[in-house]
Amino acid sequence: MRVLLFELKEGLMIALRAIASNKIRAMLTMLGIFIGVTVVVTMSTAIKGIDNSFQQGISSLGSDVLYIDKWAWFSNVEWWKMRNRKNITMEEFEKFKNLAKLPVAVAPVINSVQTVKYQERRVENVFINGSNADYVKTTNFTFAEGRFYSEIESNSSRQVAVIGSEIAKKLFPNLSALDKTIKIGGENFRVVGVLAEQGSFILGPWNPDNQVYVPIGTIFKNFASNRWRSITINVRAAGPAMVEETKAEAEGVMRKVRGLSYDQENDFSINQQEGLQENYNSVVGVIQIAGLFITGLSLFVGAIGIMNIMFVSVKERTKEIGLRKAIGAKRRTILAQFLLESSVICLVGGFAGLIAAVILSMLINQFIPTSIQIGSVVLGISISLITGIISGLAPAYTAAKMDPVEALRYE
Amino acid sequence: MNIINIEHIAKIYKVGFEEVHALRDVSLKIDKNEYVAIMGPSGSGKSTLMNILGCLDTPTSGKYEFKGVSVSDMSDNELAKIRNKEIGFVFQTFNLLARSDAVHNVELPLIYAGVPTAERRERAIQALIDVGLKDRLHHKPNELSGGQRQRVAIARALVTNPSIILADEPTGNLDSKTGEEIMVLFHEIHEKGNTIILVTHEEYIAEHAARIVRLKDGLIESDERVERRYIPKTKNTLVT
Ligand SMILES: Nc1ncnc2c1ncn2[C@@H]1O[C@H](COP(=O)(O)OP(=O)(O)OP(=O)(O)O)[C@@H](O)[C@H]1O
Ligand SMILES: [Mg+2]
Repeated sequence: MRVLLFELKEGLMIALRAIASNKIRAMLTMLGIFIGVTVVVTMSTAIKGIDNSFQQGISSLGSDVLYIDKWAWFSNVEWWKMRNRKNITMEEFEKFKNLAKLPVAVAPVINSVQTVKYQERRVENVFINGSNADYVKTTNFTFAEGRFYSEIESNSSRQVAVIGSEIAKKLFPNLSALDKTIKIGGENFRVVGVLAEQGSFILGPWNPDNQVYVPIGTIFKNFASNRWRSITINVRAAGPAMVEETKAEAEGVMRKVRGLSYDQENDFSINQQEGLQENYNSVVGVIQIAGLFITGLSLFVGAIGIMNIMFVSVKERTKEIGLRKAIGAKRRTILAQFLLESSVICLVGGFAGLIAAVILSMLINQFIPTSIQIGSVVLGISISLITGIISGLAPAYTAAKMDPVEALRYE
Repeated sequence: MNIINIEHIAKIYKVGFEEVHALRDVSLKIDKNEYVAIMGPSGSGKSTLMNILGCLDTPTSGKYEFKGVSVSDMSDNELAKIRNKEIGFVFQTFNLLARSDAVHNVELPLIYAGVPTAERRERAIQALIDVGLKDRLHHKPNELSGGQRQRVAIARALVTNPSIILADEPTGNLDSKTGEEIMVLFHEIHEKGNTIILVTHEEYIAEHAARIVRLKDGLIESDERVERRYIPKTKNTLVT
């Protein structure tokens, strides 16, 4: 053990001397691994960041919520077939609500896109979510200020609104939004609640933070064109374990409401966050494979560069190797010397790459949230070490098995 | 007991379909504190013999005992150990590490011997002082004259206290005056009780030795004790 440590230390010293005596070449070699590690780590950090945002966003949807809709989010039902389906109406919602026993909350939802204004501040293209007081029970909303609108307010279609945190930030940058009167599509609404930050940027306009919540009646009253649109029924099961049962019941109840006979297929869809997750996973899977391929390629190129340089370096130092052998260097000592040399080059390049990746990640963080993981750091270091060893192995082996007499004779 | 005992050594190189008999049948015994010069025309097998004696190369056939132990059966690692501990090489072309200073060049064999840093520095410096390079410790080879380079190489050969010094044309790359200075150094080393085998083309260099072995076409032509040329037994006070 002591002997091994001694050899390692001496080998390292020899390797460092060799690197120091050819700094430019070592630096150029490092560049290959530097780029590789920078790309790998930045990529994995960005993917992780996007993933975090997505998971956070999707959890704001609730894993135990079903969305009964005219349209399927993801399906192989033909588009025209879905278009020809009947709209889901408020009457159907009422019937559904009375018949379904398993859900803990049922809410009708319709979205209208409007401009929201407070004095001279305005936000365009905001999703105005119309529903009833039970809507909040189908979400995991938390409030920064105020409350959700009440059953009375919803039943009597009062002009009240709950606004998402991003909307609040834009309309009321430095004062409380509570009890202020805002204009939604030109109509006055009183703010009764402001949401705490819920979702994530990745959902875009679907992010709860970018939406405004009003009683559904006010949508029909103020924005008449919505009266003939299909609504969505949000159904919350009593916990994730109950999702399947609740879904089966919802399907049965909805068929009954629609008066479908046993041989007719569903003329509605029941959507779930799970579908979103699956879809997302497949997209991310593709991104990850593509990323892996690109980074793998750049590392491969880097590794070839290092191997090439190490071969040149071994060739160049043939005489030195012969001399070292003549004065007592064992094969494994020579092997270790060259392996250490390529490993040190790669590790230094890898470290520099890691630092560059951290800086890059911080820059990217301005646009999408990145997340620097200890795993990425370990990944970067181990990649550079492994590359160093693999690309150093063949040249080091060539050096180790050199015949000392031949090597000394080499010119 | 003799340090080196070779019997019927042959070395055949295969070049394409041709066989080159570098050594045909060489037997030699060398005792402790002997000073042997090996001479012979170019291509007679002198270097080949030295490489075999120095365990750098293995003979095609024949027996080699180093201090009574058969070298033929040794593994690669054991041979490396013998080269490191028992043999000190001095080459015609010095073979110093170009980018390292004298001290590092000299301590190199001690690194492979596993000597701790402080001790090996001290020993390397002492060896350099012994060959008269006290003020050239941190010079790199290109900052030294040819004679000084060869002294560094000799210090490197001596620093492990080997049983035998093998020098293949150590003065071959030096002018006659500098060569003579190196020979004085070898003389002193021999006086201290070291065993030396030296290859040379020059009769006046060979005259320093007490025994001259002449090779021709891979065979020993003659092997005789000779009258040694007088060497002034002064301490080494030569120009460094
Ligand atoms: N690696 C080799 N492959 C083939 N032939 C070789 C090899 N090494 C040496 N020889 C041949 O062996 C013979 C002896 O070579 P060696 O180097 O021992 O001669 P030498 O006596 O040292 O000559 P010089 O005085 O010129 O140094 C020569 O004919 C040489 O061509
Ligand atoms: Mg020769």
